[in-house]
Amino acid sequence: MKARVIVTLKNGVLDPQGKAIEGSLASLGFAGVDSVRQGKVFDVELSTADAVSAKKELESICEKLLANTVIENYAVEIIG
Amino acid sequence: MKSAVVVFPGLNRERDMVTALEKIGGTPPAVVWHKDTDLPDVDLIVIPGGFSYGDYLRAGAIAARSPMMDIIRDRAEKGVKVLGVCNGFQILTEAGLLPGVLMRNASLKFVCREVKLKIANADTAFTGRYSDGQVIRCPVAHHDGNYFAETDTLKSIEDNGQVVFRYAEGSNPNGSLNDIAGITNAKGNVLGMMPHPENLIEPEHGGEDGRALFAGLLN
Repeated sequence: MKARVIVTLKNGVLDPQGKAIEGSLASLGFAGVDSVRQGKVFDVELSTADAVSAKKELESICEKLLANTVIENYAVEIIG
Repeated sequence: MKSAVVVFPGLNRERDMVTALEKIGGTPPAVVWHKDTDLPDVDLIVIPGGFSYGDYLRAGAIAARSPMMDIIRDRAEKGVKVLGVCNGFQILTEAGLLPGVLMRNASLKFVCREVKLKIANADTAFTGRYSDGQVIRCPVAHHDGNYFAETDTLKSIEDNGQVVFRYAEGSNPNGSLNDIAGITNAKGNVLGMMPHPENLIEPEHGGEDGRALFAGLLN
């Protein structure tokens, strides 16, 4: 079972890296970019073939390690 | 007082910490590798600075989930004092022994310089040799020292006197909320701080402002 986990900063948490990317895009001439927030993507392969248990396992993985839920949200997507 | 310094792969300030504990406390600390399954019976556990696991995922995140941290959590619950400096502070927050999180410096730059620190609470096991409001010099060297906590958490640590060190006015090197440089847990036996008091303990360092922290703990 393949899955993708996306970890993003919560709204309101300062993202200096996103700001630096915004600045760089502006200097490259991309005038239409209002905001950039940087996050992380994890591609995970699980041994189970059951999507429900895979999702549950991944949520536990996110809570325990992949995301720091003080500042980050996570989303789990089963790819197949 | 007996102490131990816990070493995770990628830390690099353990030697400075061992030197400070030995010079000020009179006896060398036990040095414990993270894979060791036992931690000697000590009164003070120190997690020094560095870059455990290369700061992969988030600074301190991997070390915080190691079996050694379960042992340290257990000792902390029993009242043993725990000090985390720099990466040690990051590890303690990631492990949930201290509230909040240390994010990338607001400037995005690695900051290596001396700052002024204000003692925000001198009534702790760690700061008893200082006085409230006293300003001391202390070196910092970090990339992720930008303290953040949710509004409720921040209010609670402020109200409980858990903020122990603040960057003095104009000295905040990383964008930390409320200029926070060091905090304790609610019980007061776990302290995390970004600055390095172990690097300012003798005249050859250019000052001794960090000495009182260890002197208060060890004697």
